[in-house]
Amino acid sequence: MADLTTNFLGITTPNPFWLASAPPTDKEYNVRRAFEAGWGGVVWKTLGEEGPPVVNVNGPRYGAMYGADRRLLALNNIELITDRPLQTNLEEIARVKADYPDRAIIVSIMVPCDERSWKAILPRVAETGADGIELNFGCPHGMSERGMGAAVGQVPEYIEMVTRWCKENYDKPVIVKLTPNITDIRYPARAAHNGGADAVSLINTVNSITSVNLDDFSPEPSIDGKGSHGGMCGPAVKPMALNMVAEIARDPECKGLPISGIGGVTTWRDAAEFMSLGAGNVQVCTAAMTYGFKVVQEMISGLSDWMDKKGYTDTSEIVGRAVPNVTDWQYLNLNYVSKAVIDQDLCIKCGRCYAACEDTSHQAILMKEGRVFEVDDSECVACNLCVNVCPVEDCITMERMAAGETDPRTGKVVSDEYANWTTHPNNPGACAAE
Amino acid sequence: MAHSPRTPGIVSNRLDSETLAANFTDLHPPLDRHEAHVAADRCYFCHDAPCMEACPTSIDIPLFIRQIATDTPLAAAKTILEQNILGGMCARVCPTETLCEEVCVRETAEGKPVLIGQLQRYATDAAMAHGPQPFKRAAPTGKQVAVVGAGPAGLSCAHRLAMHGHSVVIYEAREKPGGLNEYGIASYKTVEGFAQKEVDWLLGIGGIEILYDHKLGSDVTLEVLTDKYDAVFLGIGKAGVHGLEAFDLEGVRPAVDFIADLRQAEDLATLPVGRNVVVIGGGMTAVDAAVQAKALGAENVTIAYRRDRGAMPASTFEQDLAAARGVKLVFNANPVSVSGNGAVESVTFEYTTQEGGTLKGTGEEFTLSADQVFLAIGQALDGAPDALARDGSALAADATMQTSHPKVWAGGDCTTQGEDLTVTAVAQGRDAAEAIHLHLTA
Ligand SMILES: Cc1cc2nc3c(=O)[nH]c(=O)nc-3n(C[C@H](O)[C@H](O)[C@H](O)COP(=O)(O)OP(=O)(O)OC[C@H]3O[C@@H](n4cnc5c(N)ncnc54)[C@H](O)[C@@H]3O)c2cc1C
Ligand SMILES: Cc1cc2nc3c(=O)[nH]c(=O)nc-3n(C[C@H](O)[C@H](O)[C@H](O)COP(=O)(O)O)c2cc1C
Ligand code: SF4
Ligand code: SF4
Ligand code: SF4
Repeated sequence: MADLTTNFLGITTPNPFWLASAPPTDKEYNVRRAFEAGWGGVVWKTLGEEGPPVVNVNGPRYGAMYGADRRLLALNNIELITDRPLQTNLEEIARVKADYPDRAIIVSIMVPCDERSWKAILPRVAETGADGIELNFGCPHGMSERGMGAAVGQVPEYIEMVTRWCKENYDKPVIVKLTPNITDIRYPARAAHNGGADAVSLINTVNSITSVNLDDFSPEPSIDGKGSHGGMCGPAVKPMALNMVAEIARDPECKGLPISGIGGVTTWRDAAEFMSLGAGNVQVCTAAMTYGFKVVQEMISGLSDWMDKKGYTDTSEIVGRAVPNVTDWQYLNLNYVSKAVIDQDLCIKCGRCYAACEDTSHQAILMKEGRVFEVDDSECVACNLCVNVCPVEDCITMERMAAGETDPRTGKVVSDEYANWTTHPNNPGACAAE
Repeated sequence: MAHSPRTPGIVSNRLDSETLAANFTDLHPPLDRHEAHVAADRCYFCHDAPCMEACPTSIDIPLFIRQIATDTPLAAAKTILEQNILGGMCARVCPTETLCEEVCVRETAEGKPVLIGQLQRYATDAAMAHGPQPFKRAAPTGKQVAVVGAGPAGLSCAHRLAMHGHSVVIYEAREKPGGLNEYGIASYKTVEGFAQKEVDWLLGIGGIEILYDHKLGSDVTLEVLTDKYDAVFLGIGKAGVHGLEAFDLEGVRPAVDFIADLRQAEDLATLPVGRNVVVIGGGMTAVDAAVQAKALGAENVTIAYRRDRGAMPASTFEQDLAAARGVKLVFNANPVSVSGNGAVESVTFEYTTQEGGTLKGTGEEFTLSADQVFLAIGQALDGAPDALARDGSALAADATMQTSHPKVWAGGDCTTQGEDLTVTAVAQGRDAAEAIHLHLTA
């Protein structure tokens, strides 16, 4: 078993799996049980300023999106930051940290956007012995209406300013948690970087309405017939989160900025993908809320087995491995020609590839006598739709044509030279490679 | 008087009422909403779906399953019933393992088909619980059609004719409608009087009159019908049974008669059954008779089939069902004789082998004790008008189910076309109705 010990910002934990700031980390009872189950660290549920705590709604606060067999694909919530007194949380953090010195406790904070408020809370957090702080600039509902959370996270100048205050008033690592509810994630990341952040973590939840009740026409979750947009998380947000992590990882202006990857991490594979795109570790919320703390055990065994198989001995070897392969569309090799190939032994003859290609793509799948489905290479553009809709794994594969072969669709001989759009004759702005 | 499975002879009250009730409950209890959704989620919505092709009534299976998955079971039911008005009964009795589910691509993929039959039941049950059948009669055409037989073929034909606005008079020999749905199908497949409920619901379309105790041949002739009506449909099934000459002893009877008694019994406890029951045959009827004899409390029930397991017409599912219910299956056993003093006491068989195409006796014999013997060696056409041409042992009909008489169509077991199944009878009744409609409106 590969050792999963991970060093993130100088904080060493037995594995890269941390619980994200959310209900699973809202109190001592939960966090102790999480550590017992094996989680490497937690980001404590976001603390607010001293005084009467925020209140939550007293009706449903979660909505859901389901896949087959009611598998939870996404959760949506209208919960606020912790609704327990600041002092209670701080005392609990100190106690748990003392008992679990080898695990990370990061304290998530959200206070009003003025220096006085941040100066007031930071020393009290420092006293707990926690390993660092995370600035919650992501909460998309409720708190943002009060000028906090996403309201700060959507204005790069504010991010930079608050990050700087924190760096000036706190000694340990400062992580800035980003909201995905912006157009270009690089701007807030750069702002955090410029403000001196030790790392960014992303994503927080995505603005969403998961469903509408078609009897009373209220968005869900419905509170007395009304609903408010919530924040969406879980498996369905993973693709968006992966892209945002990759955008930051390959941004020259953010060079060297560590990333904690969040958003839909459910299995070891998700974690490995986040890390390969540049995340130094991952944070998890929905998977724990769906299956309980025990899920981390599969993540641990899965990641470690995969590392063994690949010959990696340290998680740092995974981090960023896929980043050089993330590029812009214009640099993709247009001389890479492939064709769909159907494995007749695996095919169960459902005809989905045919319906998809015939109705919505390139009419490149033939349905022959006896429900035999075959690809017509002279029509196949290699779009991959048939692969995506085929219910049998590896039944349809994309096979690359070798250089020198003639593509029956275009009649052109396949070249082994790399050529992209920037030099393509159809590109009005092409700079001929002379 | 209370008896036990070990009481000798043919007696009633072998089991207490609770055990009987448990033995005769629904073979497949209905799916609840969650189960139905889980099952529906497994359907791949195949293109030109193989299951649909395998269904004799060509129900659009991927569509109705998707309608269940999206929580619109009434729409699903309409999709089913448009093709098969007895979709409720078929959902219960179709040997799906040799029809739609056999070719389901998930059977190919993982040996577990989508539960098409049970999903069909989920939808049709919802429709029947919801209220009247969902079709409207077209404006009356003034045409009158006689349908003979109120079995699946006749009912399906009558309903479709009524939809087209024709008026229908059904001549039925028995005192109840349903045909073998009411008198033949195993009772654990259609519990709680479903057959009658379904007929009542079906007749809700209007325009269909049933004359009970009206038998073609004795109460009315084909000539009278063809004179009086614009067209005639025959759905008379196979009313006769094959017998074994040497087996004429008390205690030996056709399996279908035993089943009919069972299906009509007010109280199953009062139905007499043997201690040692031997069923001769290898089809669905043999299995149903054996399983139900066992369920009534017979101590030993044996099905003896003259060929090997592979040749047995009853599907693997049915064979396994029989075995699971404690019925013993004996293969390659050809019945030779029965013996007994007045009433049957034993049956003697000769072992067989299959050489090339022919079955041969090996000379080796064995004897089973039996106080009751059921013959399930096939039903035969009986009472069909001589004027109509035959194709082998049944009525000849063309692709539109028209017989040799230009005003007479036929469908179901009385014709040679298709397997003798409820769903085939429904399909043929429907298709004949469409052909009659064309004929009447041409
Ligand atoms: C024991 C048994 C179990 C079976 N189990 C199954 C099963 O599980 N699944 C399945 O799909 N199939 C099963 N079958 C077969 C299925 O029942 C038949 O294929 C189906 O009922 C045929 O329908 P039908 O309308 O052609 O004939 P029938 O159902 O036989 O109906 C014929 C009707 O015509 C009436 N009739 C007959 N002669 C006359 C006349 N001269 N005048 C007026 N009326 C007349 C009869 O009284 C009857 O009502 C089973 C059959 C048997 C015997
Ligand atoms: C009910 C709920 C409450 C949350 N509360 C907070 C919070 O207080 N602070 C915070 O930074 N993020 C909060 N989040 C966001 C999560 O920390 C995390 O960023 C998000 O759920 C994406 O990760 P996931 O897909 O693994 O769930 C909350 C999420 C949920 C579901
Ligand atoms: S989608 Fe896949 S399994 Fe289905 S017919 Fe096409 S190749 Fe075969
Ligand atoms: S009618 Fe019978 S064969 Fe047709 S789909 Fe329904 S269960 Fe399957
Ligand atoms: S074959 Fe199976 S998976 Fe395909 S449409 Fe029919 S029921 Fe669905």
